Amino acid sequence: MEGAAGVLPETAAVHWRPRADARRLRRRGNLWTLTTVAHVVPFVAAGVVLFLVQPLAVAVSLASFAHAWVIPELYAARGANVVRPRARAGAAAEHTALGLLGDLVGHEARAVHAGTGLVPERGRLGVWLVGEAGALLVCGRRVHCFCVRVDDPNLPSADRIAHLLLALRADEEGFATVANLSFSGARWRLRRRMPRSMRPAMAAAVALDRV
Amino acid sequence: MSRLVRMDRTGHTTLAEWRAEDPEAVEAAVEAFRAELDRGYFAMVSTGEGHAEQVKELPVDADLVILRLPISGG
Repeated sequence: MEGAAGVLPETAAVHWRPRADARRLRRRGNLWTLTTVAHVVPFVAAGVVLFLVQPLAVAVSLASFAHAWVIPELYAARGANVVRPRARAGAAAEHTALGLLGDLVGHEARAVHAGTGLVPERGRLGVWLVGEAGALLVCGRRVHCFCVRVDDPNLPSADRIAHLLLALRADEEGFATVANLSFSGARWRLRRRMPRSMRPAMAAAVALDRV
Repeated sequence: MSRLVRMDRTGHTTLAEWRAEDPEAVEAAVEAFRAELDRGYFAMVSTGEGHAEQVKELPVDADLVILRLPISGG
């Protein structure tokens, strides 16, 4: 099937999905927040009610509060997983791939990638942080975490990023349509779950988002 | 000198190099380009900072044409 000009051809594989745009992303983000609230509130309420009814059951109340805290953290950890580093190819292949990726991005993005493994890229929907098997979209205080990858796990890390970057640049909304949303929530919550070495990339994205 | 490169397990491989005024080199590049598209690769050219475009014919004037594999949701 031939796609429309400028549309990522991979969107044909997920033809049932509505094409992502800023309004749809906001709505999906709000749904994530609503879902989180729906998980947290019953546990908090149960903990409070239990304590009021039977103070001796304080251990059960505390367990209920712990559930309320852990569930959003687990969701955030799932989001952070999309940018965790994957297995490396051989050193020579990684070096060659890094050269090509370096040609595709500017000096600042190269520096962020060298330090964190993520490439910042400004788009119309927000600022992206592109990793090897996923991308984060920073929109103000909210981050959307997308799981998306090239269909060859043996490619060097920088090549995997370059694949995603080129697809993103060709059709940002198509890219967000093809990718699977694994988390959407507060920036601070996700940042805590990111590997420490990657956290400066979030700061770079926020700075870029404010420009 | 224009280049056609394919991102692969070696990092990348240069499949063809050509100058627009060299018809033989262009023809060889076009053949290599079509062969890779037939193998399922997509051809991309940068169209300015932060922008890229998929092409289905070899843009002879482009400095760099990159072949990439399809992506999918993980």
